[in-house]
Amino acid sequence: MKFAVIVFPGSNCDVDMYHAIADELGEEVEYVWHDEDNLDRFDAILLPGGFSYGDYLRSGAIARFSKVMAAVKQAAEAGKPVLGVCNGFQILLEAGLLPGAMRRNQGLKFICRPVRLTVENNETMFTSAYEKGEVITIPIAHGEGNYYCDEQTLKRLIENRQIVFRYHGENPNGSLADIAGIVNERGNVLGMMPHPERAVDALLGSADGLKLFRSIVNYWRETHVVTA
Amino acid sequence: MYKVKVYVTLRESVLDPQGTAVKGALHSLSYTEVKDVRIGKFMELVIEESGRDINELVREMCEKLLANPVIEDYRYEIEEAVAR
Repeated sequence: MKFAVIVFPGSNCDVDMYHAIADELGEEVEYVWHDEDNLDRFDAILLPGGFSYGDYLRSGAIARFSKVMAAVKQAAEAGKPVLGVCNGFQILLEAGLLPGAMRRNQGLKFICRPVRLTVENNETMFTSAYEKGEVITIPIAHGEGNYYCDEQTLKRLIENRQIVFRYHGENPNGSLADIAGIVNERGNVLGMMPHPERAVDALLGSADGLKLFRSIVNYWRETHVVTA
Repeated sequence: MYKVKVYVTLRESVLDPQGTAVKGALHSLSYTEVKDVRIGKFMELVIEESGRDINELVREMCEKLLANPVIEDYRYEIEEAVAR
């Protein structure tokens, strides 16, 4: 299975993402610069965290117009797994691949620490390796993770089980309905503020993020590898 | 040449954490008459005559990039700059 890590000017979690896939998962992975226009050779697309284009105007607002985003849209339409973490999530929102928008954290501070999450939906291609309702620990690092959408959208998210992760216990940023991560209706585009790529080894404080990447690989094997 | 001033603010229905903090600061300075503070962005654009309707052009740019219609409202003022 081959992963793409999209790199924008200002991305800074691309190396962690690459490490998670190459070293912890042992799968193929390649960096893709934002001006490429073809992602056909990849099976899954990862949009890493960081501060693309300096977060000027709004987080993700400028990155969404880069060349590679047309190809990311195509990959999403083709049903390939697309994962956006932190700034990657913000880009997916700005691009309209996921509904809603991010506001500044309620407490106005940039928060960088491990948080606990509940796996609300373990029947997605990103979460099948988790137990339903499993509580996991994954770090966050953001100043704008205060998720917002209108009431109708929230109702739809709940009805379609699109809320995949919620903050457990305490909500660090004021996000609506404690939302930490959502998928699109089809279930192949996941955006989340916590950083699973920073939680892939007990040495880092948690290996709870690993199951997310394993789920993607399992999904791909089940759908693409014919067993003899 | 047009000079266009664009103002972007969070929608009324969206809580503005920065505005709330500034309101609290003003209250602590005893400006208790302040009932609400909304913080937004101010942008100045200089736009060349291109044959396109200037209002249409500015609205398009606001909706595509300058504001995020999910959480933000925008308004703008157009001034025709004097040709040199």
